[in-house]
Amino acid sequence: MDEPAAQLQQTVLYELHQSLGARIVPFAGYQMPLNYSPGIIKEHRHTRTSASLFDVSHMGQIRIYGPGAIETLESLMPIDLSTMKPGQQRYNFLTNNNGGIVDDLMISRLADHWQLIVNAANKMKDLELITTACGPRTTVDYQHDAALIALQGPAASTILSRHSTETASLPFMHQGPFTIGGIPCLISRSGYTGEDGFEISVSNSHAITLAESLLAHPEVEAAGLGCRDSLRLEAGLCLHGNDINEQTTPLEANLLWAISPDRRADGKRAGNFPGDVRILEEMRNPPAQCRVGLRPDGKIPVRPPAALFSEAGVESGLVTSGSFGPSVEGPIAMGYVNRALSAPGTPHHTTVRGQPITLTVVELPFVAHNYHRRR
Amino acid sequence: MSETRFTDDHEWARLEGDLIVVGITNYAQEQLGDIVFIELPGVGSTVEQGQEAAVIESVKAAGDVKSPVTGSIAEVNEALVDHPETVNQDPGGEGWFYKVAPADPAEMDDLLDEAAYASMLAGLE
Repeated sequence: MDEPAAQLQQTVLYELHQSLGARIVPFAGYQMPLNYSPGIIKEHRHTRTSASLFDVSHMGQIRIYGPGAIETLESLMPIDLSTMKPGQQRYNFLTNNNGGIVDDLMISRLADHWQLIVNAANKMKDLELITTACGPRTTVDYQHDAALIALQGPAASTILSRHSTETASLPFMHQGPFTIGGIPCLISRSGYTGEDGFEISVSNSHAITLAESLLAHPEVEAAGLGCRDSLRLEAGLCLHGNDINEQTTPLEANLLWAISPDRRADGKRAGNFPGDVRILEEMRNPPAQCRVGLRPDGKIPVRPPAALFSEAGVESGLVTSGSFGPSVEGPIAMGYVNRALSAPGTPHHTTVRGQPITLTVVELPFVAHNYHRRR
Repeated sequence: MSETRFTDDHEWARLEGDLIVVGITNYAQEQLGDIVFIELPGVGSTVEQGQEAAVIESVKAAGDVKSPVTGSIAEVNEALVDHPETVNQDPGGEGWFYKVAPADPAEMDDLLDEAAYASMLAGLE
């Protein structure tokens, strides 16, 4: 046991996980399900072919109210909130003064406030950062009483529409209030698996009823954090703490797409966020390293932090995520490499237990995204 | 079939003729989760009691198999190379790892019998 169980928190669905036979592990200060009895690979494949229910209530849900909300949030993130319409959701990040990524997050505009979904391990740090930046006309509310349930997979929309037909027409990266079996929910069409799906914010008092009613559909199985990690890696999505952190910049991480055009070097409101000097400079002169997908040859998973070497034997990069991809049916990895050696097809080398392994740079994602995009 | 013995590191060993068959226990495969890669020792190589003899990679992590006995590898379960999941499905049977010609068959007496292993597992709950 890495951490004494007494110091770990539980989500409101903890007893449900236990009753479903979950293997519980410590994660980001919580006792969370790693997997249930089918195991990571079956749960992963079920998510890609049907639908899975994930408890992600350990993540932080933060609301920001008031006329100063846009100004506060735009002072912390490279995003243009003024053009976002109610119901829209974006992926973005909090940056530090060196241009590093403090946390990555989802931000939504609701009728009278903004909602942030942030990583569990960073939520208290994020909350403090946002609260400190708030002026007198802004209120920050950490939602202690809300659970977050993800329903992910190609069958997710069919299942949810049995409860609320309107959810089927919610476009990818949009969020809105819906009622599921009489329970008020805030639902976004997004997730962390590469599949179509929803993330459902619900009060703790209704979370168990909601989870049980979704699990009652024959297509739905419970899935744990183990397959959530293999699904997001196949989808090429970053895990904060592994693939991005306070030392890596958005340009190094190939996340320029998430920076609003207006806040970029050539934008109308360029900069004015933490680390803007470095981040804008990297838009003009790309940084020395960048994040890429890597496909190890053979069958041995290459796990972080494996150092990579070029054909010439010079250190060329570092693996930041690496595992077995159940849908790819082989080892997959993500990492940072020297930009000159980042083109797809470029080989890098490492050793695992003394055995030489070649990793080839590949385009991300490993498995094509299956999002519900508006036509 | 002779009596199966166990290590406190969750390997099993069973005498079959002159050879000792080695695998991992059901508890070990449950702890590892889905196994995706197995590295077996070479036939003819030497393994030592309590020392790493094989490597197991699951989706989540890498683990090792410590040999329950010292000896020379006589045979390995090649089927595990293409089907490592066999260890999850049948750890005590088809999921065996290797057969060793023991240097000292009396080393089996160092290992736990089924009742002692069961009570050790009960203590882990």
